[in-house]
Amino acid sequence: MKKILSASSLAALGAISLLAQAPPAAPPTVADLVPKIAAAQSAGDNAWMLASCALVLLMTGPGLALFYGGLVRKKNVLGTMMQSFILMVIATIMWALFGYSLSFGDGNAFIGDMRFAMMNGVGMEPNTDYAATIPHLTWMAFQMMFAIITPALITGAFAERMKFSAMVLFTILWSLLIYYPMAHMVWGKGGMLNAFLGGTVPCLDFAGGTVVHITSGVSALICAVVMGKRLGYPKEPMRPHSLVLSFIGACLLWFGWFGFNAGSALAANGLASSAFVATHFGAAAAALGWILAEWFQHGKPSILGGISGCVAGLVAITPASGFVKPMPALIIGFAAGIVCYFAVVKVKAMFGYDDSLDAFGVHGVGGTLGAILTGVFATKEVNALKDAAGNAINTGLVDGNGGQVVNQIIGVAISWGIAIVGSFIILKIVDVVVGLRVTSEQETMGLDLSMHGEEGYNLEA
Amino acid sequence: MKKIEAIIQPFKLEEVKEALKAIGIDGMTVTEVRGHGRQKGHKEVYRGQEYQVDLLPKMKVEMVVPDARSEEVISALSTAARTGKIGDGKIFVYEVAEAIRIRNDERGESAL
Repeated sequence: MKKILSASSLAALGAISLLAQAPPAAPPTVADLVPKIAAAQSAGDNAWMLASCALVLLMTGPGLALFYGGLVRKKNVLGTMMQSFILMVIATIMWALFGYSLSFGDGNAFIGDMRFAMMNGVGMEPNTDYAATIPHLTWMAFQMMFAIITPALITGAFAERMKFSAMVLFTILWSLLIYYPMAHMVWGKGGMLNAFLGGTVPCLDFAGGTVVHITSGVSALICAVVMGKRLGYPKEPMRPHSLVLSFIGACLLWFGWFGFNAGSALAANGLASSAFVATHFGAAAAALGWILAEWFQHGKPSILGGISGCVAGLVAITPASGFVKPMPALIIGFAAGIVCYFAVVKVKAMFGYDDSLDAFGVHGVGGTLGAILTGVFATKEVNALKDAAGNAINTGLVDGNGGQVVNQIIGVAISWGIAIVGSFIILKIVDVVVGLRVTSEQETMGLDLSMHGEEGYNLEA
Repeated sequence: MKKIEAIIQPFKLEEVKEALKAIGIDGMTVTEVRGHGRQKGHKEVYRGQEYQVDLLPKMKVEMVVPDARSEEVISALSTAARTGKIGDGKIFVYEVAEAIRIRNDERGESAL
């Protein structure tokens, strides 16, 4: 051992003396270093953002597919999973051809243009309007994962009774008429609600409270009302066939949501860490809120209550995650757990609509609550908007800017309006073209066999 | 020959199998079944929606034994399956007209 050590240290000494004999290099100039620093930052940011892209895709498949798949009866497990999976296919292709461009091309205050259609001009160079340190392709891919999961969330409302062809047509039209315009208005350059890129009514939405959760959740309500109840609802028992699957799915949603929210910082920076912590705090507090509400109301805390609560908290913290400090994140989460519990358990029973897997109660209600509370708790200490002179302006009510709450409510109202009117029209079109519902024989048989010709569990195989 | 059919609590299956093995009963058929007697079911709550679950999981154990052994089997079975609480299940006994071993057409008690 000693011999080896001395031999290696001799070799090291030799190397140092060799280095010492080389002529001293000229000190690097600032001009030399600038591109190197930029490349190093880009490498760090891009690594995190590519990981975030993958995390957000994981939320749809397998996360949401398992969460929803476990909640339906076993004859519909594959049909329900397919509704999530097919969006990983269709929403991707639409995004590649024209969806990205319609969302993020400059366009007007309401919709983008076709400048990025077919990935034209979307390459390895950053798009400095949106994310200056990562390739334009990474930014495009990150946004694509949002365009996939948003329509997938709606499928919870019409589970167990929508024709597959109708579901496909609905989500294509829904992406075109509702998602792309909303994404453009809130996040696109020149969009009317964009707080950072010249919107007239700046609405704070860090990762998609309005764009993702209100649009999908409110559209879900319209779907549930227009399509009507499942056969036998609410008389026949429709218990979830596997809460084990739902549990795994919900925990994967929680895990993937770090990409959704912390990734929305678009860089591996302090804001990403802040959003990461707020996201986690919100989820935990909401799970506790739901469990406690249920424990008091029904005498037992349930795992379904816990996982429903954590998803509600993740929804509510989404618009706020990049604007609020950790303690308000706990408050927002806890409030979401309680409010969504009552939306799902009481409000649904009161009105009698069959939002089968509670897409509205969790995403519509949680998203609305989160969007409004973002206006209350947003602070320039976390994420500063600058005025024309470059000074940080007061962000939310806690900074003394009560007007932001009004802006948030305007943003919420616009999202609700577009979702209600748009979804209603789309459902009517789809009904005329292919028909919304499966036949009663097909519904009784289950979507797995009637729509896809296969079964989830072949126990005798 | 008698056919003895017992509906028992699922968690008692291992004890019942052991007890039957101890008195030399080699063959049996076990089926997972659902049902209820006077016990009725229980309530389950999913997101506030209450479901009354009437049919509970049970195990059905069936075997055919010579007439002379039936009382012995019944007593071993009921001792092993008993908890003393409601829901322990029931035992039914039937006359069996014939038994045939498919492998070699043996008939009667020697086919058991």
